Amino acid sequence: MGSPVSVLDRARGLAASVTDPEMPMLTLEDLGVLRDVEVDGARVVVTITPTYSGCPAMATMRDDLVHRLHDHGFDDVAVKVSLDPAWSSDWITERGRQALADHGLSAPGPAPSLEGPVALTLIPRRRSLACPRCGSSEVELTSEFGPTACKALYRCTSCLEPFEHVKEI
Amino acid sequence: MVEEVDHESVYDGLLGGDDSQWAFGTDFEDPLAGVDTTLPDGVEGRALALYCIMLADDALVMSQRLSEWCSNAPDLEEDIALANIALDLLGQSRLLLARAAAADPSLVPALPEGSPIPAEDALAYFRSDREFRNVRLVEGPNGDFGQTIARLLLFSTWRLALFEKLAASRDKVLSAVAVKGVKEMTYHRDYAGRWFLTLARGTDESRRRVVGGLTEIWPLRAELFATHEVESLVAESTVGVDPATVADEVDVLLEQVFSLSGVERPDVAPLAGVRGETGRDGLHTEAHSRLLAELQVVARAHPMGQW
Repeated sequence: MGSPVSVLDRARGLAASVTDPEMPMLTLEDLGVLRDVEVDGARVVVTITPTYSGCPAMATMRDDLVHRLHDHGFDDVAVKVSLDPAWSSDWITERGRQALADHGLSAPGPAPSLEGPVALTLIPRRRSLACPRCGSSEVELTSEFGPTACKALYRCTSCLEPFEHVKEI
Repeated sequence: MVEEVDHESVYDGLLGGDDSQWAFGTDFEDPLAGVDTTLPDGVEGRALALYCIMLADDALVMSQRLSEWCSNAPDLEEDIALANIALDLLGQSRLLLARAAAADPSLVPALPEGSPIPAEDALAYFRSDREFRNVRLVEGPNGDFGQTIARLLLFSTWRLALFEKLAASRDKVLSAVAVKGVKEMTYHRDYAGRWFLTLARGTDESRRRVVGGLTEIWPLRAELFATHEVESLVAESTVGVDPATVADEVDVLLEQVFSLSGVERPDVAPLAGVRGETGRDGLHTEAHSRLLAELQVVARAHPMGQW
């Protein structure tokens, strides 16, 4: 395993290669949920944060992390949860955004500011989006809620294909 | 590892002894694994735990009601939206119940020796109706879609206002749950507000239904802003929020929706408590017991169950 630094790099690399169970084109690192990897003696401690409070993929992420590290010789693995700071869609990396686009998903714009009182918006907020299939900006919101907690549903009025948009949060 | 397969178990046969097949269950995990749950100075564990249970029960019961719309909503998009909102609230509830259990383990119902059921599940599935501290607004039947939207508007406006203040809690866990919850409930409140406006300014029938729904739930509004002794205690020690302090803000926001919708604030008397007790004291309506029966029946039948 070599020097402690390279052991840590190996563990980090392995944890960073685990993919999200619901959006498998994204690694946990690209999604921004992988917060930290530490090596303490023989033990690897990985810290992850949920995207949404009820994210049902947390247990799967934990299991996938443990299995990936076990398979590569790390027998003692602990997965911790971090709730603060709360996950933001701004943490999705550039590579992650490209991977979303490559798979027909629309990446989030900048997350709303957390300063001051939360504004009530009775008219759906306009996002300047392009259809991930044909590139048209003629798109309409079908629903602010989608097949997973983190997505909204859109339809392209040019090519008529529906697509998913990862929400700003 | 075929030799390890238990041929008596259908699931084990499917897994072939490989426990990495998570689609068949991932075992329990601690939602607060590694999170520091030390009590802030000057706070009683019991008061903090009861306060967390109040906020958790509001979310849990509302989540259960909203999930009843699954496969019954007017169209697929609303089905998905209501299920998503229910899931966010369930997640908030789980974290809050786990925080309550860490703050005062003596409140967690006892289970048989060796039961694998975690503390937050024991609180959700093994308490009786009198031990639930949710406001009565969330427990009644859904009614039609109009009534569901009216209730969700009132609930999410109130809870979002509370959580915006709770973000400043001295309890790090409560503060983190609140910050995250604010982001989620911004979408819930917008959803309810837009549907309220759409229905109120839609057809005569849609207007009749949403206004009727609002009138139906309005008697339960006052209870949202009544301060329970536990809420006073946690507000004094700046770990919780006195709900009376968000009443004005909630009224202003609701008034925005009502005036755009051309709807008058209902003029109906608050639902009285029983001998001064309401939801926060564990006093509930009959509908609550029926809801709990459905929520809890499977877990109670399998107190040693592993999911």
